[in-house]
Amino acid sequence: MADDRSPVPDADVCIVGAGPAGAIVAARLGEAGHDVVVLDAGPRFDLDDRTEQLDAHLRPGVEETTRGDGEAVDGPWGMGGERDAYTSSGSKGYPLNAARVKGVGGSTLHWQGMVMRLHERDFELQSRHGVGTDWPIDYADLRPYYAEAEAELGVAGAADNPFAPPREEPHPLPAFPPSHSDSIFAEACESLELPMHSVPNARNSEPYDGASACVGYGTCKPVCPSGAKYTAERHVARAEAAGARVIDRAPVQRLAHDGERIEAAVYATPDGTEHRQDARAVVLACGGVENVRLLLLSASDAHPDGLANASGAVGRYFMDHCFAGVGGRIDRPTRQNHVGFNTSECHALYDAVDPLPGVKLEFLNYAGPSPVSEALHADDWGDSLLDSLRESYGTHLAVGALVEQFPRAENRITLDRSTTDDHGNPVPDVRWSVGPETRAAIERVNEVQRAILRELDAEIDWAVGPDETGPAFHHMGTTRMGTDPDESVVDPDCRAHDCDNLWIAGSSVFPTGGAMNPTLTIAALSCRLADRLEDWL
Amino acid sequence: MNLSRRDALAALAAAGAVGTAGATVLGDEGGADADSSLPDGTLATLVAVAETVYPAEAGGIEPFVETYVTGRIVNDPAHREGVVTAAADLDATARDWVGAPIADLDRSARDRLLRDLSVDVADPDPDGNLAARVRFYLVNELLYAFYASPTGGRLVGIENPTGYPGGTESYRRARMEDEDG
Repeated sequence: MADDRSPVPDADVCIVGAGPAGAIVAARLGEAGHDVVVLDAGPRFDLDDRTEQLDAHLRPGVEETTRGDGEAVDGPWGMGGERDAYTSSGSKGYPLNAARVKGVGGSTLHWQGMVMRLHERDFELQSRHGVGTDWPIDYADLRPYYAEAEAELGVAGAADNPFAPPREEPHPLPAFPPSHSDSIFAEACESLELPMHSVPNARNSEPYDGASACVGYGTCKPVCPSGAKYTAERHVARAEAAGARVIDRAPVQRLAHDGERIEAAVYATPDGTEHRQDARAVVLACGGVENVRLLLLSASDAHPDGLANASGAVGRYFMDHCFAGVGGRIDRPTRQNHVGFNTSECHALYDAVDPLPGVKLEFLNYAGPSPVSEALHADDWGDSLLDSLRESYGTHLAVGALVEQFPRAENRITLDRSTTDDHGNPVPDVRWSVGPETRAAIERVNEVQRAILRELDAEIDWAVGPDETGPAFHHMGTTRMGTDPDESVVDPDCRAHDCDNLWIAGSSVFPTGGAMNPTLTIAALSCRLADRLEDWL
Repeated sequence: MNLSRRDALAALAAAGAVGTAGATVLGDEGGADADSSLPDGTLATLVAVAETVYPAEAGGIEPFVETYVTGRIVNDPAHREGVVTAAADLDATARDWVGAPIADLDRSARDRLLRDLSVDVADPDPDGNLAARVRFYLVNELLYAFYASPTGGRLVGIENPTGYPGGTESYRRARMEDEDG
């Protein structure tokens, strides 16, 4: 059946995108008895190939072609080439294909897996501080769905964060204990009044949901061979077990509609044919860039600026989280690169501090070089290689941070009609810049990061500040949620204002993005969307 | 520091070859079958290269290399062909340039041969020129086996190196388990 990419008759719901946003909706609606079909542009990756992908990641020269169509691609997940062509025209370049994965599982295939709730202020930025915009829902609305999302993702966490929003239920799994280097940072952070707390991880600290506990490969990003890190493949499997049909390598070309309702998702298959998947409802869940592109590609006389774009907001307000960091070395072992995830962070700089953009501090467990990788790239060997590895490994420390961007209309996704993809469609253009308020917040957090390292008498050897910052690969804001159809694309239920049977899942509906990794909120909104859509069906 | 067959199996786990391959190697103390065996000349060349690229304090190299490389090729005939061919071509170059098989050269002569071939600065490439293939199939294969295993990692100070599934205890410790203090 894997090669059968024909449409499903009488589908209730067609979901475009098999990442976490779409897969959770698919699993929930499938289990509720609805006929669900999921279309994904990328391939299905075999779980048995994960160690080979690890090999390809660590070992220079190992072929990384996992896509099967003969195109030159990058990384273990086969991004790149004509299929994934894009342009980047903003004042800050945007490496889009490093920032996403197309395929069953979506970007959870390569993500790191940090899953924290947004803070209450994130939903009320305009009301509280006069910047950005408010969400049309608040933390209380989303709170029960956050708990459901934590169960869906198998979050390992603890209730030790004094800055976190209120919660009743414990996380489904115990938090990973702090690292040795966390204990080094704790001394400095205590004197600077920066309380450290655990990181909620979508990574099994114990076996969960049929998957292994973490075994410490240390390569979470970009590939977890043990299956301990959550990927949306778990929800795809659940959806398929409930009868859903998941069709891979089936990029949707446009949404055919009569002006008011979508009639079909028109998709291509590797044999060069086009198919129409009819459904009573369509859920767009292909990320903050491709959701936009598909709406713009579906323009018609009734929707001349793109489907569901009467507001003109489709593609606008593109936000990411900006990275800021400082690293250095101290005169004692820091025990880095045993695992590929973080165990401690600090939200002390998040709420109502000056500058206003939220900041999440991260204490890295993977600062400095990994000896294996360094050895494989060295131009030396024998005793002198060992000497240089001993010199370069063992005493590094680094404090990172995610910094909030406020929504800015000029940061946007559009179509670049001068460039086409492998199906002749215009490619996405990413226009991204870092605003002055975010630059100020990055400068401020750099000062804090330097202060932490100075407390430890570290020799600081690198910093990522406002000029060097880059994106954390969280695509938010481009189909924003709101109550006013003139200002927003979807309503508070995530249904399009301008199209009766179109729903949008994922972080493209976030009106603001805070500075928390978005996937737990994506999952919570998908749980909520599935409830609302089920009522609608 | 003596390498062991157990170290080789740990390295195979890191390389993702510990399943069928590891079971084959573990369960076959007397030697591997034709599909998984290495020609004598290939093993001798691999050991000669390993003695050059490993630190001088590494002992037990031959059984470590044999176990590791056998595990890597057992289910991968294309990889076996690459290893065997690169080893044969390197050995032929040694005979051509210095009149002796590489295994008969002393450590400094092997080191010089590899550097004269530019293996030290070559980008590893399974389909590249001789230097690129030697770097890919021999030097990096052996360095990966060494530094992605706990034994090699320990020499640097990390008992759970990247790529090795060494659990979630070591990252919490202040020092390696068997260190004093």
